[in-house]
Amino acid sequence: MSFLPQVAFLIILAVAAFIITKRVRFLKRNIFLGKGETRNDQPEARWKIMLLVAFGQQKMFKRLIPAFLHLLIYVGFIVINLEVLEFILDGILGTHRLFAPILGSAYTVAINIFEFLAVAVLISCVAFLWRRNVSKVPRFTKPEMKGWPALDGNLILVIEIVLMLAILTMNATDQILANRGDEHYIALGTLFFSSLIQPLFEGMSTGSLVFVERFAWWFHIAGILAFAVYVTYSKHLHIFLAFPNTWYSNLKPKGEMANMPEVTNEVNMMLGIPTEGSNEPPAEIGRFGAKDVNDLSWVNVMNAYSCTECGRCTAECPANLTGKKLSPRKIMMDVRDRADEVGKSIDVGGPGLEDGKSLLGDYITKEELNACTSCNACVEACPVNIDPLSIILQMRRYVAMEESGTPAQWNAMFQNMETSFSPWKFSPQDRFNWADSVKNEEVSD
Amino acid sequence: MSTYQVPTMAEMAAKGESPEVLFWVGCAGSFDDRYKAVTQAFVKILNKVGVSFAVLGPEEACTGDPARRAGNEFLFQMQAVANIQVLNGYEVKKVVTACPHCFNTIKNEYLALGGNYEVIHHSQFLQQLINEGKVALKGGGEFKGKKITFHDSCYLGRANDVYEAPREVIKALDVELVEMKRCRTKGLCCGAGGAQMFKEPEPGKKDINIERTEEALATGANAIAVGCPFCLTMMTDGVKNKERENEVQVYDLAEMIAKDMGI
Repeated sequence: MSFLPQVAFLIILAVAAFIITKRVRFLKRNIFLGKGETRNDQPEARWKIMLLVAFGQQKMFKRLIPAFLHLLIYVGFIVINLEVLEFILDGILGTHRLFAPILGSAYTVAINIFEFLAVAVLISCVAFLWRRNVSKVPRFTKPEMKGWPALDGNLILVIEIVLMLAILTMNATDQILANRGDEHYIALGTLFFSSLIQPLFEGMSTGSLVFVERFAWWFHIAGILAFAVYVTYSKHLHIFLAFPNTWYSNLKPKGEMANMPEVTNEVNMMLGIPTEGSNEPPAEIGRFGAKDVNDLSWVNVMNAYSCTECGRCTAECPANLTGKKLSPRKIMMDVRDRADEVGKSIDVGGPGLEDGKSLLGDYITKEELNACTSCNACVEACPVNIDPLSIILQMRRYVAMEESGTPAQWNAMFQNMETSFSPWKFSPQDRFNWADSVKNEEVSD
Repeated sequence: MSTYQVPTMAEMAAKGESPEVLFWVGCAGSFDDRYKAVTQAFVKILNKVGVSFAVLGPEEACTGDPARRAGNEFLFQMQAVANIQVLNGYEVKKVVTACPHCFNTIKNEYLALGGNYEVIHHSQFLQQLINEGKVALKGGGEFKGKKITFHDSCYLGRANDVYEAPREVIKALDVELVEMKRCRTKGLCCGAGGAQMFKEPEPGKKDINIERTEEALATGANAIAVGCPFCLTMMTDGVKNKERENEVQVYDLAEMIAKDMGI
């Protein structure tokens, strides 16, 4: 027996592991371009949210049809990966269907389940391709989906279809060979779905069948490893990041905006209120609000890498629905693309964040930020608890406090509030006038 | 016959008294001609039921919500810290307000600045009064048998998970509550949140309040109920834009209850 296939397999495995490790380091470093933020409180609630929202796909079911199709792919992905374990062991040890003799008839049941899921994944992927390209579900045809994002979405679906076809082809030819009495192959009894495509191969010679079977095997395992590498370059990263992303969900009421303690100290000083630590010299105050990815929290950047561009946020956004430029999905894609750009620049010894560009201006415009009603529809809609609103509001803070670049009408509102303690220009003395008529009205029975 | 009372915290403090609850009126409730009627209706209900309440009167100032959402954290905190000093000075424990923006800010955002209060929205307060039998409803009055749809305010609903209290209040009237397609967690914004109330919308195909009004009108409702001053303005403008103001009214929950009580 030649060790060549095993050596080849180990080389493929090592190359994939090397690239993936490198990519994971790249992504991790990019996420931590964001500022430190501690979100470890209430671990029980966090595990529960992760279990329900990521593992249990709770929020996907706000839209039933895609939720069902997605569930099939998700379960298929998890379960079929059990078979990949066997593939890897077979590849390393030079064995064939290592678990078949150990598991006996349970193995046949398992392979039938895998085949069922492979067919379910296949059908779901075809349906998803249809939704993207033929029926053109509106959220997949928005401007930010042109070019790479559209190709990325289609590539993922095509790759998954091809991988599933490889499994079914392998099983079909494998069993024909086994039934012909080739001693290397193990007869497993009926494999329902792959037996349906056996007629395609039955006329082939044993030599051709072995070639097809081996090709399908190598194609499947090499394809899965290549896909794993591809995922790290793709919006498909959500399959891993959905888990930490939901664990680090915002547990506070959605309406609450995070406080800026560095402003509180100044305000207290102005109002003559003693504050804790006010005797200490003021800490170096960085930028107010967010201009670039490093001003955001690392959770914001992780959110961006967790986004799979499904566009449920944008489909619910009142600004986007009425034709404004704002798209919460684009906000997330912009943060990710900017973090990628900065990361790549740093890796080649480039200027990184100091490249003369920034998230605000080069990626996200004030017009987009100004269109947000802070209604939280995007946050509510996200199946993996991404919070685009947090980013929008941090960027508005930068525009207002560092650039004084808010729209003129907002500046007028600020002025009213400063002078008459109301967003409208009314005299504060008149604030209680509404009560005059009531106080003169007799209480009716 | 006695007249309605609107005591201020200062008056009560001078007498050495303190009310059970502070009614936070808000800027719209104080200045907006339309929403002043809501404030007055709510105060009449409080009088009628005999709730021990007071208002800040001239001592109240904007919570700072629109400044914060427009990015001006400094101005927000100036407003907030000043308000908290007043509230803490009167040792306020419980606050009720008819504005979801004030509600959200005082409830969630004043805590980090030293203001810790039990804050409820007037829909929750009205629901409690109804449940306790303190508000004697006469069975709908002019709303009897009418179709009413409720527009969820973002800062009440998604922001703070209050969905049922306003619906319970409406159901207490003898009316048919009809839901819009986008309701509760999926409720569509009226277009005024996040300080949009104070500027023209960004360029687009349509105004958000028109989109939402069309949805409300599609239910065939005779009236649109709201629980927020900004929503009230936006929906009223929307109905006018659709030239349906003669058939479809926009009311705040407190107004509907007050009307039913005949006050």
